Amino acid sequence: MDEFWTGYAVPGIWIVVKILALLVPLLISVAYLTWFERKVMAAMQLRMGPNVVGPWGLWQPFADALKMVVKETIIPTKANPGVFLLAPMLTFMLAIIAWAVMPVGEGLVISDINVGVLYLFAISSLGVYGIVMAGWASNSRYAFLGALRSAAQMVSYEVSMGFVIITVLLCVGSLNLSDIVRAQENVWFIFTPLLPMAVVFFISALAETNRHPFDLPEAESELVAGHLVEYSAMTFGLFFLGEYANMILMSAMTTVLFLGGWLPPLDIAPLNWIPGPVWFLLKIGALLFVFVWVRATFPRYRYDQLMRLGWKVFLPLSLLWVVLTAGVLMAFGWAPGGA
Amino acid sequence: MGEVQIANYTINFGPQHPAAHGVLRLVMELDGEVVERADPHIGLLHRGTEKLIEHKTYAQAIPYFDRLDYVSMMCQEHAFVLAAEKLLGLQVPLRGQYIRVLFSEITRILNHILNVTTQGMDVGAMTPVLWGFEEREKLMEFYERVSGARMHANYFRIGGVHQDMPDGMAEDIGRFMDHFPKVLDEIEGLLTENRIFKQRNVDIGVVSAKDALDWGFTGVMLRGSGVAWDLRKSQPYEVYDRMDFDVPVGKHGDCYDRYICRIEEMRQSVRIVQQCLREMPNGPVIADDHKIVPPKRTEMKATMESLIHHFKLFTEGHRVPAGEVYAAVEAPKGEFGVFLVSEGENKPYRCKIRAPGFAHLQALEFMCRGHMLADAVAIIGTLDIVFGEIDR
Repeated sequence: MDEFWTGYAVPGIWIVVKILALLVPLLISVAYLTWFERKVMAAMQLRMGPNVVGPWGLWQPFADALKMVVKETIIPTKANPGVFLLAPMLTFMLAIIAWAVMPVGEGLVISDINVGVLYLFAISSLGVYGIVMAGWASNSRYAFLGALRSAAQMVSYEVSMGFVIITVLLCVGSLNLSDIVRAQENVWFIFTPLLPMAVVFFISALAETNRHPFDLPEAESELVAGHLVEYSAMTFGLFFLGEYANMILMSAMTTVLFLGGWLPPLDIAPLNWIPGPVWFLLKIGALLFVFVWVRATFPRYRYDQLMRLGWKVFLPLSLLWVVLTAGVLMAFGWAPGGA
Repeated sequence: MGEVQIANYTINFGPQHPAAHGVLRLVMELDGEVVERADPHIGLLHRGTEKLIEHKTYAQAIPYFDRLDYVSMMCQEHAFVLAAEKLLGLQVPLRGQYIRVLFSEITRILNHILNVTTQGMDVGAMTPVLWGFEEREKLMEFYERVSGARMHANYFRIGGVHQDMPDGMAEDIGRFMDHFPKVLDEIEGLLTENRIFKQRNVDIGVVSAKDALDWGFTGVMLRGSGVAWDLRKSQPYEVYDRMDFDVPVGKHGDCYDRYICRIEEMRQSVRIVQQCLREMPNGPVIADDHKIVPPKRTEMKATMESLIHHFKLFTEGHRVPAGEVYAAVEAPKGEFGVFLVSEGENKPYRCKIRAPGFAHLQALEFMCRGHMLADAVAIIGTLDIVFGEIDR
C-alpha cells in the first residue's frame, strides 16, 4: 500500500495539481486575450471597445463564454457529424497539450523532456488538421476552400520555420526548452546575428495561428469565415479558444527561442528581483500586442502571395542562415558540445 | 480506373456575403482559386423607382433619388432637378447654384471615403474604414443641418435648394475642409504605400481605355484607365466653370490607379468646397417663381395669393411643358443621368435613370476572368457599386 501512495498516487496528484496550475491561468488569459485584443484594436480605431459588461467591459469574456455555451450546436444535414465534431476538439486539445513542455520559469515545467522543441513543433503542425477536417466535414463550399488554403499555407512556412529552429538548436546544442533559455543567460538570441531568424519566426507564427495578414483560411471578405462557416455555439467556441490559445503558445515559443524565456533583460539588481514567470508573461504580452497591432494595420495577403513569401523569401533566407550559423560555429570552434 | 471528369467548382458569392457590397449575387465558377466565370445576378433590390416616379408629382419624385445610390444622395437629386429645370426653363439664383455645387462636392467626399476605405477592408485592412467613418459622420451632420436628415436629404428642389444654410455653417464646413486632408494623409499612410495593399491592387482588374469606353464606363472607372472625361469640365453645369480644380487620371487602369484617383478627387473636392465658401454671394437660394416654387410659410399665412400657391403646389403640383430632356451630372460613381419625358402634365410620363454602377457591374465578368477569388473581391470593391442604383 505504501508503495501505491508514494509510487503512484502522490506523484499522480502532484501532476494534476501542476496541470491545473498551468491550465486555469492559461484559459483565463485566453479569455482575457479576446478582451485585450478588442480593447487595443478599439483604441487604434478611435472606438471604445467593450465597455458595457462590468467595469471597462471586464466581464465581457464571461458573457461571451456563457452565450457560446447556451446556444444550440447546429450540425448541417450534409455534414459528416463525427468529423465535424472532432475537428474543434482536436484544435482545442492540440492548443492545450503543447503547453506540457513550456517552461514558464526556472524548473517550472510540467514535463521537462529533452526533445521539447520537436514536441512543440510536431504539435503545432498538427493544428492544421483541425482546420482541414472542419472544412471537409462541413460539406460547404466556402469551408472547403478555407481548408484547402490552410493546407497550402501550412506547407509553405512550416519548412522555413523548421530551419529557423535549427539555427537556434545549433547555437544551443540541446532540444530541451529550459536549456535553450539557459543558453541565453548572457545575451538573448534576438540581440545576436539570429535577429533575422527571430523576425522570420514571428511572421511564420502569425501564419501558423491564421492571424492577419495571413488569415486566409477564414478571410472574412473572401470566404466569409472559411472553415468556421458552419460552426456555431461551443463547437465554434472551441475553435476560437484554440486559436487564441495558439496565439499565446506561439508567443511563448518565440519568447523561449529568442527573448530569453523567463530571464530578465539584464541580470542586475532591480530587474532580477522580479520572478521569472512575471518576465515570461510580460514578454508574451508584448508579443501578443504585436499580434493585435499587425491585425489592425495590415491588409491581407493573397494566397499565392503568401506561398511566394514562404517559398521564395523565407526558405532561402532561413536555409542561408542555417549554413552561415553552422559555418561560423564550426570555423571558430564555438559549437556547443565540442562537435 | 477510367478517365476522370473534373468539373469546375461553382460557388454562390452572395447575396449574403460580407464583400458583396449590398445584395450582389455572383455565381462564380472556380478552377481552384482562379475565377473562370463570374456571373452577376441583379434584381434583389428592385423597387420599381422609375415606375413609381411616373405616378408622382415632380416634387414628390425627388426623395426617390436619395434612395437610389444611398451614399451619394444629393448628386442624384441634382440630376433630376437639372432635368426638370431644363424642361421648365427655370433659372437658379447664383447662391443656390453655389450651395448645390458645395453639397455635390461634400457628397463626393462622402462617397469616396466609403469606397476607398471599404476597398481597404475588402483586401483585409480594417482600420481605415473606422477612421473614415468618423469623418463621414461629420459630413452627414452638415447634411442634417441643412435638411434635417443625415442621409436622405431631399434638399435640392426644382429651382434651387430648400433653404439657405444656417448661420455659422459655412465656417464649420471651412474648418472641416482644413482638417480633412490630414485625415486623408493618415488613411493613405495605412494604404497607399503599403506593400501588401499594393500587391493586392496593382495590375488587378486592368481595363484599357478602349475597353472602358466600350463597356460604357464613366467617372473614376474611366479616368482610372487614362481617359480624362469629367462632366464637370467637359460640359459644366451650375458654377463648375468658375471652379479651379484638376481632374486626376490614372495610367494603368488597375484597381490601384482607381484608388489613387479617388483619393486625389477627394483632395480636389476640398479645393472646390473652399472656393465655393470663398466666392459664394448673398441672395436667394431658390427661384422666385411661385407657380413652381412653394412660397415661404410666413407669406402663406399672410397673403391669399401665397395660400393659393401653396395649396395648388402641395395638392396637384406644377405642370411641366411637354418635351424630352436628358440631364446628367458627374456623380461620385460616374455619369448619373436622368431622361425625362413630359406630356405637359404634373407628373413625368417617363423617367429613365442612367445609373453608372449598372454599366460597371456588367463588366465584372470581363474584369474578373482569370484572376483569383481574392482579386474578384478587390475588383468588386473598386467598382464602387451600390445596389440601390443598379436595381433602382
